[in-house]
Parts: sequence; structure tokens; C-alpha cells
Amino acid sequence: MAAPVRGMAGSISIGNTTSFQKKTRSKLVSIPGTRPSVQNGQLLVSSGVSSLDYVIGGGLAVGTLLLVEEDRYDSYSRMLLKYFLAEGVVCGHELFLASARDHPDQIMQELPSPIVDDVAGMKISEGQSQPSDPENPDTMKIAWRYQNQPKVQIALASSVRFGHYYDVSKTMEPELRQAAKCHSFYQLQETPVTTGSSLIKVFVKTSLYFQVLASASKVRNVLRLGLHSLGSVLWGDDVCCKDNPAHCHALTTFLYILRGLLRTSLSVAMVTVPSHLIQNRAVMGRIIRLSDTAIALESFKGSEKETNPLYKDYHGLLHVRQLPRLNCLSCEVPDTKDLAFKLKRKQFTIERLHLPPDLSETVSRVSKTELAAGCGTTATGNKHLDF
Amino acid sequence: MFPELNSILNSTPDSFKSSDFILVSDRRADASFLIHHYLSFYLRAGCKVCFLGLVQSFSHYSAVSQRLGVSLAQAREKGQLVFLEGLKDSVGVLLQEDTSQETQPLSYVRSPGAGLEGLFRFVECSMRQSGDGDAGESWGPPVLLIDDLSVLLSLGVSVGAILDFTLYCQATMCSELQGNMVILVRCEEEDADDVDEEGSNLLQRGLVHQCNLALHVEGLPTGYCRDIHGQMEVWWRQRGENIYNQRKIFHFKVHDKGASFFARGTSSAVL
Repeated sequence: MAAPVRGMAGSISIGNTTSFQKKTRSKLVSIPGTRPSVQNGQLLVSSGVSSLDYVIGGGLAVGTLLLVEEDRYDSYSRMLLKYFLAEGVVCGHELFLASARDHPDQIMQELPSPIVDDVAGMKISEGQSQPSDPENPDTMKIAWRYQNQPKVQIALASSVRFGHYYDVSKTMEPELRQAAKCHSFYQLQETPVTTGSSLIKVFVKTSLYFQVLASASKVRNVLRLGLHSLGSVLWGDDVCCKDNPAHCHALTTFLYILRGLLRTSLSVAMVTVPSHLIQNRAVMGRIIRLSDTAIALESFKGSEKETNPLYKDYHGLLHVRQLPRLNCLSCEVPDTKDLAFKLKRKQFTIERLHLPPDLSETVSRVSKTELAAGCGTTATGNKHLDF
Repeated sequence: MFPELNSILNSTPDSFKSSDFILVSDRRADASFLIHHYLSFYLRAGCKVCFLGLVQSFSHYSAVSQRLGVSLAQAREKGQLVFLEGLKDSVGVLLQEDTSQETQPLSYVRSPGAGLEGLFRFVECSMRQSGDGDAGESWGPPVLLIDDLSVLLSLGVSVGAILDFTLYCQATMCSELQGNMVILVRCEEEDADDVDEEGSNLLQRGLVHQCNLALHVEGLPTGYCRDIHGQMEVWWRQRGENIYNQRKIFHFKVHDKGASFFARGTSSAVL
């Protein structure tokens, strides 16, 4: 796309800043806070949570869209958004924050403060063997042959340090926060428009488009976009309150256009969507497919799972709905899909959930859904007792 | 190009059926690896390919095709490949001020209710140009590849308009120009009590009736498995005078440089 853009931006042309170019030449893109992926050479940024980086394949690829399905009370998804923005502040990236419910400045004031000297403090089991030491109390006496085996890690963390850690109990210093360039868009301050679809067009037209373009043409830096609770009623969209929303394609068109914008610039976007309010499953499926990476948070607060002894160490479950295949045929396939998270003061951990086998007599057997193959006159189902 | 898939479908770049309409669909899985297969297959066969890339950028397909042994940039330069950069160009289309060019290929982004005539004109124009090209180039039969027709539903285009578009394309490409068509459609999970009037399931059913070969990709019915990425159902439908209606299911695993297909239960992880 090389056509110069007319309009308010003057003669800014969309430069050749696509992030999906093979970096075969010697000059590497050295933007602070980014690193190339080991799988396919993508430029990655950290999402602020190192466990989440590991789960989604090393980090967020620049030019992609991360969709977070909110938990019921929007506590942990909001936390993830704050981690994402705080990571941007610490790495020196530009920020763009749009929200409809709380003022962006309020969200910015709640950013967690980074832990500066965390090398000594954090103990991440990296799976390396510990040398056997006479004074070391961990020296095995009986199973000494297994001393040098790598420790099985349940906490998911990558061995290369990329990203920072944050202390949730403290908020970020105002000086540090103001050092970062932050643009904000507060829905309730904009002039009201009549329908949802034109609202989104206005939003795209005024703020987002030119911020992204502006960031692409100046000094190469990553722009992080955080969009809070997109699709909720406060954005003027009725996708959350009706089964058949009148403008159901307003949100999906916006996500499509947003992804197109992200591909042409060095930006990463994190969008949180209150999926528990969206009744139409088809719309939710489309929203997931229009984003690159999609995760869903399910918190145990207020549900019967809170008192379940299996989940007593955790705050909720994390579902990975979709992982992107960028510039390659296969994506990073996780070995397990049972993930749970817990939010501690200094770390948001995502761990593999090991459920013990349920051998009680009253165990509920979930019946497998019938599969209907394609269309046609013969609907072949595939029940679990199919021989 | 996946050699195992070629042997399953009984086609090679040297000998493949013409006037074929192949529908690739998926449900809660990702069938885009089949689109990469067909792209490299037809480019190797020397056909003139029109690719509507509506969900990914050109560099993505280029990087994958590099691993499969085909260079998209070269093909585009030589004129063998016509690539419509749908994702990136739609941004400009949405935000430009003048509405004079309504029959642009991406006019559905601005006015989804108006239909896909602009897109069809683009396809027709690029395919007919092969007839009066330069003397040195004579490509094989034309091929139309569409990566992700169902994204048009997300943009507000109606199912009827999309089916009209595919009918026009089939009439031009398959019947008139003796070329092939490969379309990817991504479906939702079927909701038993909710008759989806405007959904992708309706679109997929309509397209399956028009096609000659349907490849449907799904996850395994028994759950998630790291070594087997899913199952693919091949449905040979009507072919000329013969009405086949033969179906087979294969399991597959997608690698970095290809995909391997095997009969159910014969995965190397199991044996």
C-alpha cells in the first residue's frame, strides 16, 4: 500500500513499516522492549505478564491483535490491561488507551509499579539441574540418581528474561508514567452520534488512524493500543444486550479495520471484550476469528468453583481460544489446555492445572456433542459409542 | 504443496481436473493450511492465479510459500499471480472521502449492502487479461483462490450477495474459462435451537451444493491432541455426469514445511 494519504495528515505517506518482513539483512530492528521470536523471526513484545508471554508463544507479535474475553467482574482482564500498559511505559513505547466506562487517566493512575531489582528477588524455576552440594538441603539421599534431572516446572515461564515484573500493591510513580507518551480516547467525552456503526467510524477516523500513522512515520517505536471493554453498551453498541443486534457488524468491522491498521504499522493492540454478555455465539466466534490471539479469563469469584478444593490455589481459569499462525504453517501448539491463573502481589502466574483423577461414583459424564458433517441428506452423528 | 494430499485427491501439478470448484471449510479449526497448499500447487502447475487475500497480508502468504518452495513475489512480477490485498487496502477504502468509485473491488467495506459486484469485476478483469497478454507468457487455466469468504459476513455483506458472487464466479471461471476455484469458508458451531438466518453455516451449505469437492476440517471429536491436529473430511461430489458422493476422513498434522495426512488411528504418535 503505497498511495499517499490525503486529508488531515497532510503528506504523510504510509511507509514500508510492515512488521512481517524477513530480517535477513544485517541491520536488525532494535526497538527497546522487543525481541525476535525463536520460531519464525517475528518481532515480539512482552504483554507484561511473563507467564502469559509463554502461553501465547513467546510474546505478542508486533502488528497483531490480542483479544481478552473478560471475566465476570472485569477484575483480572482489567489487571491484564494494566500490565500491558505498564510494560509499555517501562519499555518506553507509546501508548494509546480508549475506554468508555472509566476515564483513561484513572486507568493510567492505577498502573502497577515495576519491581526494579527483581533479579535477586524472583525465583523462577528454569528447569536447570541444581549441582549437588553437601550443604544444600535439597541433595537427594535416596533417589540420588535423579539429582541431576531437570526439575519439572509447573509454573510457566520462559528462560530468557523478557518483560518485567510488577508490584500490584503499589502504583507507578507519576514521573515514570508521565515520561511515556500516552494518547487517550474517552468515549463519554466525544460528541454523541446516533448509531453504533458510525460511532466506530468516527473513532477510527479521528484518533486511532492518525496516531498509528504518526507513530509509523517518526522514530521507530512500538505503539501499544489498549481498548477496554469493547462491545459493551457504553460504546453505543447493542451486541451485548440483544440476541440479534441491529448493527452486529459494527464491532466486527471495527476489529477487521483495526487488524488491517496494525498490520501496516509497528503497533500491538489488546482489546478486552465482555464476552459473558454477548448472547449470540456466532458473533463471539466471529470476533475471535477476527483477532490474532484470543484468550478468555474465567474467574472463580462468586461461582461455586470458589469453594471447590481442586481450585483452592487459583483465582481462575485461563482458556486459550486461538493462537495465530504468522508467516508459517503451524502455530505454537501448547501441550495442555488446562491452565489456571493466580494473581499474587508480585506476579500473575499461569500454571498448568493438574486435576487428580476423579474416581467417585457420582462423577458427571459430559456427553459429547453430536457432530454433523457438512451438509447433505445424511447427517452422520458421531456419538461417543460409535463403532 | 503437500504430496500426501495430492495422492489422496489424485491430482498433481501436471495433471489436475479443470472446471473444478473446491470448497475448503472448517469448524472451530483452522483450514488455512489447505489454502497455502492450493496456492503453491497451482503456481507450480503454471496456472494464472487470482488470489483474494482478505484476512492476511501478502507477506504472510509469501513467507509460507517460500517454505513450500514457491516465490510469490516473482510470480506477481511475472504476472502469473494477481493478489488483492484486502486487509490492508480496506483501511484506505473505508476512510477515503470520495464516493465516486463505487465499483472498486473493496467497495463492500464502505457499503456492505450494495453487494460484491465490484469484487467480481476485479476477478473477471484479471482473469480475462490472460487472453490478451504478452506473446511470451501463456499461462495455464485460470484459478481463483479466496482466503476466507466468511469474513465478508463480518463486514455486513448478506449471505445472498455472497452466494450471488460465487455463482457469477463459478459461471465465469469454471464454465466459461475452464478454470478452477478454491474458496475457504469458516463456520461456527451449529446452534441447535437457533436457526441462523444470516450465518456462515447457511453460506457453507449453499456453497457445498455448488462445489465438486468439499474438504472440511475439524478438531478431533475426542478432544485436543498435540500430535494430531485435527481431522479432514474429503467429500467427492458431482463430477460431470457422475454423481459420486463419496466421503473419507483423514487425520492430519501440520508441520513447519507441510502437512502429513494419514488414515484414522495410524498417527505416528500412536503406532
